[in-house]
Amino acid sequence: MSGEIVVNVCMGTGGIAAGGDLVMEEFSKQFEAAGIQNATVKEKCRLHKVGCRGFCARDVLVDITVDGEVSTYQYIQPEMVSRLIQDHVIGAKPVKEWLVGDDYHTFHDNQTKIVLGDLGKIDPESIDEYLQVDGYKAAEKALTTMTPAQVIQTVKDSMLRGRGGGGFPTGIKWGFCAANKSDQYYIICNADEGDPGAFMDRSVVEGNPHAVIEGMIIGAYAIGASIGYVYIRAEYPLAVDRLHLALKAAKERGYLGEKLFGTDFNFKIKVKLGAGAFVCGEETALIASIEGERGMPRAKPPFPANKGLWGKPTIINNVETLANLPHILNKGAAWYASIGSEKSKGTKVIALTGKIRNTGLIEIPMGMPLKEIIFNIGGGIEGDKLFKAVQTGGPSGGCIPQQHIDLPVDYEGLASVGSMMGSGGMVVLDETDCMVNISKFFLEFTQSESCGKCVPCRIGTKRLLEILTRITEGDGKEGDIELLLELAEDVRDSSLCGLGMSAPNPVISTIKYFRHEYEAHIKNKKCPAKVCNKLLTFFIREDMCVGCGMCAKACPVNAIAGEKKLAHKIDNHLCIQCGSCFDACKFSAVLKE
Amino acid sequence: MITLTIDGKQIEVAEGTTVLEASRQLGIDVPTLCHDDRLKPFGACRLCIVEISGMAKPVTSCTTPAANGMVVKTNSEKLYRLRKTTVELLLSDHPNDCMVCTSSGDCALQELAYLYGIRENRFTGAMREHNRVDHNPFITRDQNKCVMCGLCVRVCEEVQGVGAIGYAERGFEAKVIPPFGKDLDCEFCGQCVAVCPTGALTGRLWAGKPRLEGVKFTDTTCTYCGCGCNITLRTHGDQVIRVDSDPKNHNRGWLCVKGRFGYEFINSGDRLTHPLIRREKGGQFEKASWDEALDYVAKKLTDIKAENGPDALAGLCSARCSNEENYLFQKMFRAGLGTNNIDHCARY
Repeated sequence: MSGEIVVNVCMGTGGIAAGGDLVMEEFSKQFEAAGIQNATVKEKCRLHKVGCRGFCARDVLVDITVDGEVSTYQYIQPEMVSRLIQDHVIGAKPVKEWLVGDDYHTFHDNQTKIVLGDLGKIDPESIDEYLQVDGYKAAEKALTTMTPAQVIQTVKDSMLRGRGGGGFPTGIKWGFCAANKSDQYYIICNADEGDPGAFMDRSVVEGNPHAVIEGMIIGAYAIGASIGYVYIRAEYPLAVDRLHLALKAAKERGYLGEKLFGTDFNFKIKVKLGAGAFVCGEETALIASIEGERGMPRAKPPFPANKGLWGKPTIINNVETLANLPHILNKGAAWYASIGSEKSKGTKVIALTGKIRNTGLIEIPMGMPLKEIIFNIGGGIEGDKLFKAVQTGGPSGGCIPQQHIDLPVDYEGLASVGSMMGSGGMVVLDETDCMVNISKFFLEFTQSESCGKCVPCRIGTKRLLEILTRITEGDGKEGDIELLLELAEDVRDSSLCGLGMSAPNPVISTIKYFRHEYEAHIKNKKCPAKVCNKLLTFFIREDMCVGCGMCAKACPVNAIAGEKKLAHKIDNHLCIQCGSCFDACKFSAVLKE
Repeated sequence: MITLTIDGKQIEVAEGTTVLEASRQLGIDVPTLCHDDRLKPFGACRLCIVEISGMAKPVTSCTTPAANGMVVKTNSEKLYRLRKTTVELLLSDHPNDCMVCTSSGDCALQELAYLYGIRENRFTGAMREHNRVDHNPFITRDQNKCVMCGLCVRVCEEVQGVGAIGYAERGFEAKVIPPFGKDLDCEFCGQCVAVCPTGALTGRLWAGKPRLEGVKFTDTTCTYCGCGCNITLRTHGDQVIRVDSDPKNHNRGWLCVKGRFGYEFINSGDRLTHPLIRREKGGQFEKASWDEALDYVAKKLTDIKAENGPDALAGLCSARCSNEENYLFQKMFRAGLGTNNIDHCARY
């Protein structure tokens, strides 16, 4: 509509955390106020909340569109709103110094957005806006013009693979499920995203919940399920709220319930909140949890596609997998299969974090080289430090070093260097990261999240963690690397579920590529990245110290002494290498070596 | 029927048979810790892993159904290594106190340690410290010895239908406890004790009693009720020190609290070992011979019948008698004494 002015405010979790709701409130308040003096503003302006824009580091992001011309602002706070309205909305002059820079465009222009396509554009709480972007067209097409077998074939042809980590072809899995004779089938949306640092599924549910519901309708129709479950973490309150809103709206409009699109197909969706156990992302544990049991995996076979929830054939698809489906049905399998690499088709949403300039949520075509992700989209390493490795696949993934920087990011590529796609976490590490410590960090997570059912995972990961801990504390012994490798392989090969099988990956891959760092810790009792405090000596540079005494105050063992305004000194016999002085010093006078 | 090959030997088994069952049918010994034929497969201990052609990784034979043409290897260098690591890991978090453990000699973990020759352990580290003492008269829980095989939880759920215990916590701290970590508060059937492969669950009455040295095993029938469960009495000298039941028995090894723990009456000083007669109202019980006692009862019964008719008599029998004994008892009352006043705690 010409003359319309649209203001989009990021109201994803990242946006809200940065003050998005306050910005939103300020806009609406000031529009009201402006409306009295300037009727056109009130009439023409449409204030609009949108889901995650991807570039969370720059939140609150605000788009102001005047006559179709979009200007994007970054780091917007409530007090900046009045000037935006005065200068841009009324005065038609964008506030140049608050606009995003070129890096914002490099960040977005190098991505291929399918799942994230409508995120940041539509209001996740409005079903009408979803309908405006062809919402529920794909479901209608599937239900009214295709047989379930044709839907399954289309998904098979698209070569879509599970985005939750396993990478199993979705269409084939559906085919297995539909082949069972049963009086009841179930479809479950796995929204139990638990990897530290991962927020792909969360953002999709928060930013476009109807796409997930539509994907579930398509899947349910394909396998003949009349009941669906969304298993979502209770720790995602915004996603849960928006999902409930979306389900309510979809039901009111007849997209859920009985006789969908005038056919005989009935489908309803129930929401089950997960209580925060990482292992419940594993499908058999997830099913146990829905059934009211403790979330513990069981051995497969039987696979859920044959015997799943309440013993009935069940399909479990990840949020991102489901959100791809409407696009595949609308644009065709051939279109989807034309994106990506040979065996991995389509795109992957990735949570890009760590020591990288542009942290955020991105979507890339499968097969994009790591280098492009890190240096183009990610904008390179923060502070121009040296790139060391990238950890992919969450806590169960592996670390990929500099030598594999040209590696294509797809299921096969990542697996070929001992890592994995996982659900799509990518943590970039630089020269100041200690690989032994990183491996210890991830193992701490998997160890404490083990369900405790099988021996290798319950005790094996504990022993791995203990060995890593003693190495980082300077108590590493000759033979520890070999022992780590032996135990890691045994845990990998004899654990019951994916958690235990992949938990040793960080250990195995860091030893493979960074063995010298382990050796430095064990043999030389040194941490090359200067991270493991117990292996460092702390001292104060006399020429830098101003004698403020902050370090002495912070020291828990009174190892630092010195006259006021004169250089202080650390007594290394007393020092316990806790690093408090290092953190306390504002003049970079405390050094560690 | 399904035909598969295990360790080079072919075998035909019924559909639904697991690889473990098929192996055992061939007489191949696959180690297990969390498996019990009477319960659903669990796949937790990872000892029964086997290699199956076409499968990328070893799988647990207890949970894998046999399939046509399957080629299975139950032993290899790799499997031996994995199993040994598992046993070592279990032992690294298990008190090394077999010398004073009630279950010594009767412990699957001890046996595995012996079979895999584990004297030194590559893995040492933190051990669980459960100090809680459970106050109940029948079951001693020593959670530090628990290997988390889940047999107790499953027997309670699947066989007893009670669910008095379950899992709590995660990771290394995972444990089996009654709700909210309180004292065990169930009917104390002791099925959990019977299936526990280690010394984590033992009978309170067993403590300090001989374990195997000088112990005699006698198969007999439980006398508590007409079910007639088969039991095995462990005796030492003239003392009954424990009651077991063989899983191959008609009661599949399952017992109730009375059959399993109610054996102290056998050696009790309060137990009646000969008849006593109270000859006059208010008088003392006097020791009598069986003949004397039976004559006395017979005379009294005939006198009452002669004086007041047969319906002045009534007989109460016990569920602890056998079917045949109960039959004879009612026959004596109905045909012998001529009354239908006859009953029994489980009703005739």
